[in-house]
Amino acid sequence: MVPTNYYVILSAILFGLGVFAFIFKRNIITIFMSIELMLNAVNLAFVAFSQPLGKVDGQVFVLFVIVVAAAEAAVGLGIIILIARNRQTLNVERVDLLKL
Amino acid sequence: MGREMTAPLVVFFVLAALAVIGAVSLILQKHPIHSALSLIVVMVALAGLYLLLGAEFVAAVQIIVYGGAIMVLFVFVIMLLNAGVEEHTNLSKMAGAPGLLLVVALAGFVAATIAKSAESVHAAPQTGELASTLEISNMIFKDFVYPFELTSFLILVAVLGATVLAQREKS
Repeated sequence: MVPTNYYVILSAILFGLGVFAFIFKRNIITIFMSIELMLNAVNLAFVAFSQPLGKVDGQVFVLFVIVVAAAEAAVGLGIIILIARNRQTLNVERVDLLKL
Repeated sequence: MGREMTAPLVVFFVLAALAVIGAVSLILQKHPIHSALSLIVVMVALAGLYLLLGAEFVAAVQIIVYGGAIMVLFVFVIMLLNAGVEEHTNLSKMAGAPGLLLVVALAGFVAATIAKSAESVHAAPQTGELASTLEISNMIFKDFVYPFELTSFLILVAVLGATVLAQREKS
């Protein structure tokens, strides 16, 4: 029997690594992958809390999160293809039309 | 720690180490395709953790949808766009140090807060039978049936949006 705390701490570590990848990486596809990493960390917390409570609500929410993540990946990668086609780069520092 | 290493604890630490190593590797790898493969390692490790938690349906969905469909989509786009090694400017290298501090503070704060509240969660008596897939289907198709139908509409809109975004403009 693994304590719930361990899962939650692992979830926080993974979320932190996802945030760090989000602000440190410069490739737009890798930034998008770090968002998926953060979603996975949150899913782990959901499932970890659903087990000791003896209810499956958390697992149902995880399923909905996975569905939304799939839809988000489809739209987001479409946007990435559009950016790559229009600006010929995947580096987010070169996508600065809104900068003064 | 003060507790003996039981078999589930050993499995947990192995899978947790695998997940953290995969996440660190996602940050350290320079090429996007290596980052994508690292993320697949994280997702498979998390699926193992879900099995350890007794959530076998979520584990299967994690492997099939995340490890399969979504990551194939990522790898497909990386190869389609011929993404190369990422380049860092001096400014973005400098942003790494304060960013790291910030993230350590954030993760520590979140872990401390939630772990403290997790102590008040008392473990339910384990019945020993795996009925969670039945319970999940009951819950999805009874309590959450309207959100469930709405997600199908969401996916339809996402498919349409992705198709419209990625198509070539007519000249």
